[in-house]
Amino acid sequence: MTTETFAGPQDFFQAQLRWHWIEIAFWLAMLLPFVLTPNYLVLASQIAITALFVLSLDLILGFSGIVSLGHAAYFGVGSYTVGLVSKWGWGEPLTGLLLGGIAAGLFGYLTSFIIARFRHLALIMITLGIGLLLVEAANSASWLTGGFDGLQGIHTWRIFNTFRFDLYGYTAYGYSLAVLFVVFLVARRLIHSPFGLALRGIRENGQRMPAIGAATGQHIRTIYTIAAIIAGIAGATLAETTETVSLESLGFQRSADVLVMLILGGTGRLYGGLLGAIVYMVARDQFSGLNPQYWYFWIGLLLIAVVVLLPNGILGGLTLLARRLKVAS
Amino acid sequence: MSENALATQGVNKSFGSLIVASDIELTLPRGVRYALIGPNGAGKTTLINLITGMLRPDAGRIFLDDEDVTSLAPEQRVRRGLVRTYQINSLFPHLTALESVTLAVCEQRGVARTWWRKLSVYRDEVDEAHHILSSLMLAPVCHRPTRELAYGQQRLLEIALALATRPKVLLLDEPAAGVPRDESKELFAAIAGLPRDITVLFIEHDMELVFRFASRVIVMVGGRVLVEGTPQEIASDPQVRAVYLGKTAGALKHG
Amino acid sequence: MPPVFGVLFDGVAYGMLLFLMSVGLSVTLGMMNFVNLAHCSFAMLGGYVTITLMNAMGWPFLATLPIAFIAAAAASVVLERVFFRRFYNASELDQCLLTIGIVFVSIATAAYIYGTDQQPLQLPTYLHGSFNYRLFLIVVAVVITVALVLGLEATRFGAQVRAAVNNQRMARGLGINVDGLFAITFALGSGLAGLGGALAIAMLGLDPSFAFTYLIYVLIVVSVGGLGSIAGSFAAAMLLGVSDMAGKYYVPAFGSFLIYLVMLLLLIWRPTGIFGRR
Repeated sequence: MTTETFAGPQDFFQAQLRWHWIEIAFWLAMLLPFVLTPNYLVLASQIAITALFVLSLDLILGFSGIVSLGHAAYFGVGSYTVGLVSKWGWGEPLTGLLLGGIAAGLFGYLTSFIIARFRHLALIMITLGIGLLLVEAANSASWLTGGFDGLQGIHTWRIFNTFRFDLYGYTAYGYSLAVLFVVFLVARRLIHSPFGLALRGIRENGQRMPAIGAATGQHIRTIYTIAAIIAGIAGATLAETTETVSLESLGFQRSADVLVMLILGGTGRLYGGLLGAIVYMVARDQFSGLNPQYWYFWIGLLLIAVVVLLPNGILGGLTLLARRLKVAS
Repeated sequence: MSENALATQGVNKSFGSLIVASDIELTLPRGVRYALIGPNGAGKTTLINLITGMLRPDAGRIFLDDEDVTSLAPEQRVRRGLVRTYQINSLFPHLTALESVTLAVCEQRGVARTWWRKLSVYRDEVDEAHHILSSLMLAPVCHRPTRELAYGQQRLLEIALALATRPKVLLLDEPAAGVPRDESKELFAAIAGLPRDITVLFIEHDMELVFRFASRVIVMVGGRVLVEGTPQEIASDPQVRAVYLGKTAGALKHG
Repeated sequence: MPPVFGVLFDGVAYGMLLFLMSVGLSVTLGMMNFVNLAHCSFAMLGGYVTITLMNAMGWPFLATLPIAFIAAAAASVVLERVFFRRFYNASELDQCLLTIGIVFVSIATAAYIYGTDQQPLQLPTYLHGSFNYRLFLIVVAVVITVALVLGLEATRFGAQVRAAVNNQRMARGLGINVDGLFAITFALGSGLAGLGGALAIAMLGLDPSFAFTYLIYVLIVVSVGGLGSIAGSFAAAMLLGVSDMAGKYYVPAFGSFLIYLVMLLLLIWRPTGIFGRR
């Protein structure tokens, strides 16, 4: 596979941390919408938020092997927390993120005790069940959540008392992108820490981990809580930038979508999730524009095509392509 | 510190009417090399699973250094120095050899929970991992993913993972199983090179290994201990010969 | 008659429908570990076949049922030959993505051909009335269940299926043609789903979102019952059907709350399902 040689064992781990030029190019390209497609900044903001959400799922699915069909629960908790706090009079965006993250993290921590005990189909269905129960609970508690109509009366204050959220989306996209980037840096550090290595160990061979002295349950609870916090931050950002919160932020549709985006982009590589979010949401936007009633059809074909043609998702396909080009040159 | 590194008292386990362990009483003094032999299905791997905590016994106790560990979870026993390897490789396919052993070292040192520091600052841990791999002749391939290693190298990686956890008692489940003759030289050297203060119990069918490395042999049949003694005593024991149906009696005479 | 009997009756009828729609997925998941999330698309197909035959071509209701079964089975054979068999060794996530793609395509196709409204269905007069229809459902489902169980226990084919579910590698080693077996089982299971879909129209309605909506319930039945177990699917379907009806009747404010709670508790108690392998 890799023919790189290293002077010493330390170099291997050092090399993994270095920023590849493609990464830098990627993040610079994220600034392009400001210039190239200013009419689409609202969409771009949504994509950045969704990318953050997919990132949080990647941490538990791609890196730790925990398949969740109910991850939107934490996204929704973050959204509703910000919505409620804003409705009750506090609309400061950055503290809103903090509160949303903490609330989601708390819920994630509590549910992690159940999650960590199961694997395979039971785990998937339990995550699904928790998500569905939360939707029902939120629906019933319409005095709190606004039920089917969602929360009204959310108003987000200016960021640093300067940047106002408006209809054009400059602030929204700038804000969402900044949040995404900062959390991405944290996630990137986590992946290259001893804990990140332990997570991959759990994914590769969960049975072997206790035999080398790993407290697997504890590791899983930790990463699940962290992923919940990040999902909550994403949900909070959505609530702040759109000033709306509804049941769909908690719902099965959102959980299923984020799972599809992650697999589409490629699991376990961080950038795979980001790519998946971008491709899926741009495709959805374009297909809905072309064919409002039957956009499902083209998305379905896209998914089938990716599975048939690209191993390991879009990022896997791109990596293979890059390798073939390198060999050919 | 006690004289006995590992001891079991009255360990029993059955699955329905199938008795897999019957009244197992073992005492392994520190530093001694034990071989555990017996026909297939005798319950040797089951015994290892019982000792390490993967299986819970129906009755009996397990002592590590005179501490009763019967109620401890497997990872807690590993932390106290009770470590095993697997008969069929149980490794991390996509992790490189260096990453795998580094992980084991990090877990052993209790730093695996830190998610806010880069791995590259853990120089000691990486060095120790590399040192273990070097001692097993795996340094040249330490950056290859585990699934790309030759089978013999993977067997050695199994042992490397176990060594990374700083074992006091090491249970090796058929370390030479499936290793072709031309790759077994390093394996034999690795086993010979195990530090003298580690107590080793290894399951083996390869009698050459048994006679070269074991100072005592335990024979298990049908879930119970048949007899225990030095390799020479076992080789000449008529009961043992009968159990092996005379087929490997020729090999047993090898010692 | 106290309402509890009505709830039970409704619940059992609903459970029978769930069973018909789920049993195929349980057996194929247990046998080949192939994650087919498009399973309910076959159910939807059966429903639309019945609608078309009745509304556009004037067929009597009962006559459409075997056709629904055959159509769904045939469609599954085509899909299996063309697509699925290449992905038996793919990762489960890839299988998920592939079959979700197929669900999307099927939903869009159904919407294109039939529109997004609920399909009207005129049942024959002897099946009018919720009691008559539910009784009919239960009778049909019981007959099929008995046939399935007999087929599984008393025929050579059934023995081979049980062997393959229990231990695929061993079954191959014994010379059983597991791939061919799987193709037949897959067709049978999808056909049953199609039949279930056709029978479900009068009780649950039919529109393009059927393929997704009932997927969740089918997955719940399969996981709670245990992979590869007909008895498990039956028990789980009954349990969940009754729980759902009871929940909606006695505590309507909480809607589907009860069915998810029951599922969670059962899975926590028995992670591999009521009759699942350990």
